[in-house]
Amino acid sequence: MIEITRTSPFNTVQDLGRPGFRHIGVTASGAMDPFALKLGNALLGNDGGSAAIEVQTFPFQLRFSASTAFVITGVDCEATLDGQTVLPWCAATADAGQVLDTAHPRHGARAYVCLAGGVDVAAVMGSCSTSLRGGFGGNGGRFLAVGDRLALGLANRAGDIPPCGLAMVEPAVMLADVFPVAPDGALLVRAIPAGEHGLFGADAERFWNQTWKLSPQSDRTGYRLSGEPIRPVTPVEMRSHGIVPGVVQVPPAGQPIIQMADANTAGGYPKIAGVIEPDLWRLGQARIGSTIRFVQSSHAEAVAIEKAMNGFVEDVRRTSGMVKRALMALA
Amino acid sequence: MMNVLVGKTDTPLVMLDRNGARVAPIGSKAFLLETTGEFDLAAQRRIWALSHTIAAWEDKAEIVPGMTNLLIVLRHTPEDPEAVVRRLLDAWDRAEPIDIVGRTIEIAVQYGGEHATDLAALCNYSGLSDRDVVRIHSEGIYRVFALGSAPGFGYLHGLDQRIYMPRKTVPSLHMARGCVTIGGMQTGIAVLTGPNGWNSIGFAELQMFDPLSDTPAIMAPGDTVRFVAASVDL
Repeated sequence: MIEITRTSPFNTVQDLGRPGFRHIGVTASGAMDPFALKLGNALLGNDGGSAAIEVQTFPFQLRFSASTAFVITGVDCEATLDGQTVLPWCAATADAGQVLDTAHPRHGARAYVCLAGGVDVAAVMGSCSTSLRGGFGGNGGRFLAVGDRLALGLANRAGDIPPCGLAMVEPAVMLADVFPVAPDGALLVRAIPAGEHGLFGADAERFWNQTWKLSPQSDRTGYRLSGEPIRPVTPVEMRSHGIVPGVVQVPPAGQPIIQMADANTAGGYPKIAGVIEPDLWRLGQARIGSTIRFVQSSHAEAVAIEKAMNGFVEDVRRTSGMVKRALMALA
Repeated sequence: MMNVLVGKTDTPLVMLDRNGARVAPIGSKAFLLETTGEFDLAAQRRIWALSHTIAAWEDKAEIVPGMTNLLIVLRHTPEDPEAVVRRLLDAWDRAEPIDIVGRTIEIAVQYGGEHATDLAALCNYSGLSDRDVVRIHSEGIYRVFALGSAPGFGYLHGLDQRIYMPRKTVPSLHMARGCVTIGGMQTGIAVLTGPNGWNSIGFAELQMFDPLSDTPAIMAPGDTVRFVAASVDL
């Protein structure tokens, strides 16, 4: 059991989401940075889709009521356990009564507090993710609040963390060649042209070439971008159709919207592009006010990136299991 | 480790437009097939047929029928997206219209009153009296074309064109769940309280969605919906 002792709004229980219900209007939800969630679960020896706490407003603080292995992934939020520094991407064990505290990260946007056994809330429609729009799932379909107590699932005892902790190399470093960084600091987001790309004429080039800024109207539902407006050559009336996170829609004002984890399930604005799925986690870590540039990509490239990501998650799972077993044998 | 393509803009577009339908990708795993003909029941009946065919595809993760269109989400990113596009269009070519034998759902509506915030505007727009608007709306026989947008929300086709009303440019910020609304040539019942660009003419008590039920959504594509005037407060 853990108890939330300090939080602001917008922090929720999330797993890998609730796909499969878009046809009845239910958003998939799930972690904005699913890569960080998978890596945290792999390091702890949890099931890959175990639920964790997504922290996007800081400070956030919780108290452990029993000895619990945990890891913070996603960002460095200068976490401390009873005042002692806890490194990100490094699993550790908290004793009963200890308090985990976090501060606003200097880079990145969302921390994942992954716990051995996972957060054990009742699955609704196959997932523990919080559906804020529907008001169900996660912890009663709402943001976490001070005083909330969350049960944890049964931890894999073979997954005991050595007293010195168990660290992994963070993905931005480990997979630096897969996720290139622009010299000017803009996040490079790879995307594939979508249905109405051709209707934007010369503005399509400006979509790819300019640097966009994430406006303050950006949240788990979607990111509104600001920059030089882009518009179709002639206005288009679309019939409502299904959409997925990553779709880049262009409303009449010409400032694109990227739909994110809590995306609406249907839309009708013209679509200029769709972000490839393996780059969505990087958007999930983009901060309001930061800049991005779209880079034209392909399905083949997406396949190659996914392969590298899956290989890394498997590597973390295998290696951490091996280290833990070896240390147990020694002890 | 791999060749990362930065700034490449000469990638051929993965899109095809053929025999009344076009397909284009949304990101790396989803593809949208849109019919390019009339917005009518005939097109939707072929979309329902296509949806049935694709349900048997092993590589599909999710199928989302829309308004005369269909989104498919694949389990894995395809190595050969052009083949997926061709396969979808081939399936469309072969899709014979089917009719879904749905339920008939009667919904009691309180027309007018405090929730009918846009009835007066609709009267102005259409040149009809409020009594006529209510009569025309409640006499209609509607089909659920698709669900989407919000949990359990059904897009209803069959609105009489005399009471078509464009969506609002400035949405109502707190429209109540249960409002009976008109959006363009479509009608429906708001399932969530919140911002809403459709025009409200009445209110229904029916709970449209229960996440804990085996069938969470009350409506399903193909269902027939009739609105029954439980009260008229003009």
